[in-house]
Amino acid sequence: MSVLYALLFYVAFVLLVGGVGFKIYQYWSTPAPLKIPTTPAPTTRGGVVFRIGREVVLFESLFKSNKWIWLFGYMFHVGLALVLIRHGRYFQEVGPLLKFLQPFGIYAGFAMVAGLLGLWARRILVERIRYITGPSDHLILALLVGIGASGLMMKFVKHTDIVAVKVFFQNMMQFNLGALSLPGDPVLMLHLFLVAVLMIIFPLSKLLHAPGIFFSPTRNQVDNPREKRHIAPWAAEMEK
Amino acid sequence: MADFQTPEFREYPAVPNTLIPNATAHLSPFVAKPEHQEQLGFPGELVDNWEEKAIDKMGDLLGKYRSLRVYLDSCVKCGSCTDKCHYFQGTSDPKNMPVARQDLMRSVYRRYFTFAGKTLSKFGLGGIVGAREMNREVLDEWYSYFHQCSQCRRCSVFCPYGIDTAEISMAAREIMDHVGLGQKYCNEILGKLQKVGNNLGLPEPALKATLAEYGEEIEDDTGLPVRLPLDVKGADILLITPSADFFAEPHIDGLMGYAKVFHEAGVSWTLSSYASEAANFSMFIGSYSNMKICAERIRDAAIELGVKRIIVGECGHAWRVAYSFWNTVAGIGSGADENDVYAQKLQKQLDHSFKQPTHICEFTYDLIQKGKLRFNKAENDHRTVTFHDSCNVARGSRMGDWAGGQFDIPRAVIKACCNNYVDMDPDSIKEKTYCCGGGGGLLTDDLMEIRVKGALPRMEALKDVSDNKGVNTLAAICAICKAQFAKVLPYYNFPMSMLVSTHQLVGEALVMTGSEQEKELMEEEAEASEED
Ligand code: SF4
Ligand code: SF4
Repeated sequence: MSVLYALLFYVAFVLLVGGVGFKIYQYWSTPAPLKIPTTPAPTTRGGVVFRIGREVVLFESLFKSNKWIWLFGYMFHVGLALVLIRHGRYFQEVGPLLKFLQPFGIYAGFAMVAGLLGLWARRILVERIRYITGPSDHLILALLVGIGASGLMMKFVKHTDIVAVKVFFQNMMQFNLGALSLPGDPVLMLHLFLVAVLMIIFPLSKLLHAPGIFFSPTRNQVDNPREKRHIAPWAAEMEK
Repeated sequence: MADFQTPEFREYPAVPNTLIPNATAHLSPFVAKPEHQEQLGFPGELVDNWEEKAIDKMGDLLGKYRSLRVYLDSCVKCGSCTDKCHYFQGTSDPKNMPVARQDLMRSVYRRYFTFAGKTLSKFGLGGIVGAREMNREVLDEWYSYFHQCSQCRRCSVFCPYGIDTAEISMAAREIMDHVGLGQKYCNEILGKLQKVGNNLGLPEPALKATLAEYGEEIEDDTGLPVRLPLDVKGADILLITPSADFFAEPHIDGLMGYAKVFHEAGVSWTLSSYASEAANFSMFIGSYSNMKICAERIRDAAIELGVKRIIVGECGHAWRVAYSFWNTVAGIGSGADENDVYAQKLQKQLDHSFKQPTHICEFTYDLIQKGKLRFNKAENDHRTVTFHDSCNVARGSRMGDWAGGQFDIPRAVIKACCNNYVDMDPDSIKEKTYCCGGGGGLLTDDLMEIRVKGALPRMEALKDVSDNKGVNTLAAICAICKAQFAKVLPYYNFPMSMLVSTHQLVGEALVMTGSEQEKELMEEEAEASEED
């Protein structure tokens, strides 16, 4: 079983990195032939970095639009970020930063699940959002809630031998397949399985919004079309 | 008047609508005739294997436009944009929610271009990820709802990833054109522009006569020999303005306003009969190649006339094309590479101490800043003015040197010539402005119903300031907005006369040197000082 899980994670990891890497390459290599920043837009590169920074860190446009979606979305994402950092301890020695963040990570798990449930409730209760919600949107939410809830259970209901988990992942990272042994805890098994599924579907689904935002021409372009000629290779061909 | 109901004003500020599925599914514009299609290089009518062709074209566009690729992938269905579209607010049709409009194309994208969609569809499970086959029903839905989007980009302001539904509807129209299903209004007009030089098909002699007439009218009014020159070689400035300025009200008054400003500034300027159109509907149909053909007329005219500067009249999408796209598609601008022979041909000739191109409001604003224009604001004292930010100017372009100049400069120009100015609800102006309802190639009688309904949010904001702040004048800086409001205001019980061009306000208050108005003012002042 332990070896099977290790294999699953190897596969999931390769698909995640390969898939997202491919998508990033695809976005990168597709030209943006026209200047289409949503104005008012920054007139310098630095300004653009700041604009995208605000979108990524504060969800600025979402905040402008709808405070409820912003609140739940923000809770979920910040919670997720902290939880991910906290999970760093399974892969490396605990440094001062990790130590400092550990206590926040605990509450973050709750914030994450609460945010997800808030978003889910809106999908069911708000007519407009219900209309645009498809089966895959529910499935992804279920997956994330499953991951969060199983994680919280191991923390607060039924402890798992986390030292053994850490040893498992470290052995795995060193391809030390002979020494692999996971605690046979069903909640842990479920948690890890769902995480692997999430990794696999990441590059195949709307989770691509994470790299997507950095490539969004309405957000990442400098507003300087009069000052500098902007032309895509395929468009330049038309001038020859 | 029409066989539909003008929407009722909602309680203000409005609460989100309850959905009415397929409320405007019956609305589709007239289909382009074969001759309209073929003149733009599109097939005359729906080709036989159109499903396949459409998917091919979609693949082509996905490889050419990063926006399309990223936006079709990235939407998380958060719902943030759902209540932001004026067509949704005016119709309650859920397919007019921006994300739902995108989904009309995203469903096809998922079916043919994503691993999940392709795989699941093999087992008949495409629905899980919202994948759909391309078929006639889908095509009809595209034709209907991608012509209920004015490409105003309001939704993109509120989307956490900046997803711009305009990009999707442009791509959809480009695909439909390529399989032979074009929109009559846009494609017919583009043909006229490419053949004659303007959207109206107005030939040089008629244009010349019209301009002479307006010159005389200004002369009667001011006593000054103000002219509207045409095809003058060696002029410094080439004015490119929407052809509606030549014949429609209140556009003409704006045109006369520009002429007065030019005269007062003492610059030499000209219009071109070959390039007598600022509008470029190619943007609406998402056609890069046609946009280039149309813009190149302007480039050619500028080279031919030897001008040093290009100024653009009041028009929204035209200013977006001029400001954002001209440099790209036709090299009209600054900063081309030294080895860029194509762009340098014109850029060597232009004077780069000016912004190229310049908006007429930037030109007037600059003169005001330098104290070169004198206004008698009292001429506009019977008005309380509010300003409608055009969507394309607000969210697709800029004026001046600073982000947001497109909001400040027209307001500064209006305030320089009017004493009473009030803004509408902050959620309905500047970057959050609502489209007039007639943009994006929808300004045609066969789409009257969606135009009236889409105007609702703007009309509500106008009603608010007219009831509570005494606003009786609506100033616009876009030929489409003006034409749309002229039609739509009466549906909402506003008088059509409340609509003005921004440069009409300028023209009315401008006290030109040596004019009758100046003499009158001096007399009045003399009298006043005697009385003291
Ligand atoms: S671009 Fe404008 S008209 Fe089109 S969906 Fe967005 S808000 Fe509506
Ligand atoms: S705001 Fe953007 S991500 Fe959210 S539903 Fe609309 S298009 Fe999708």
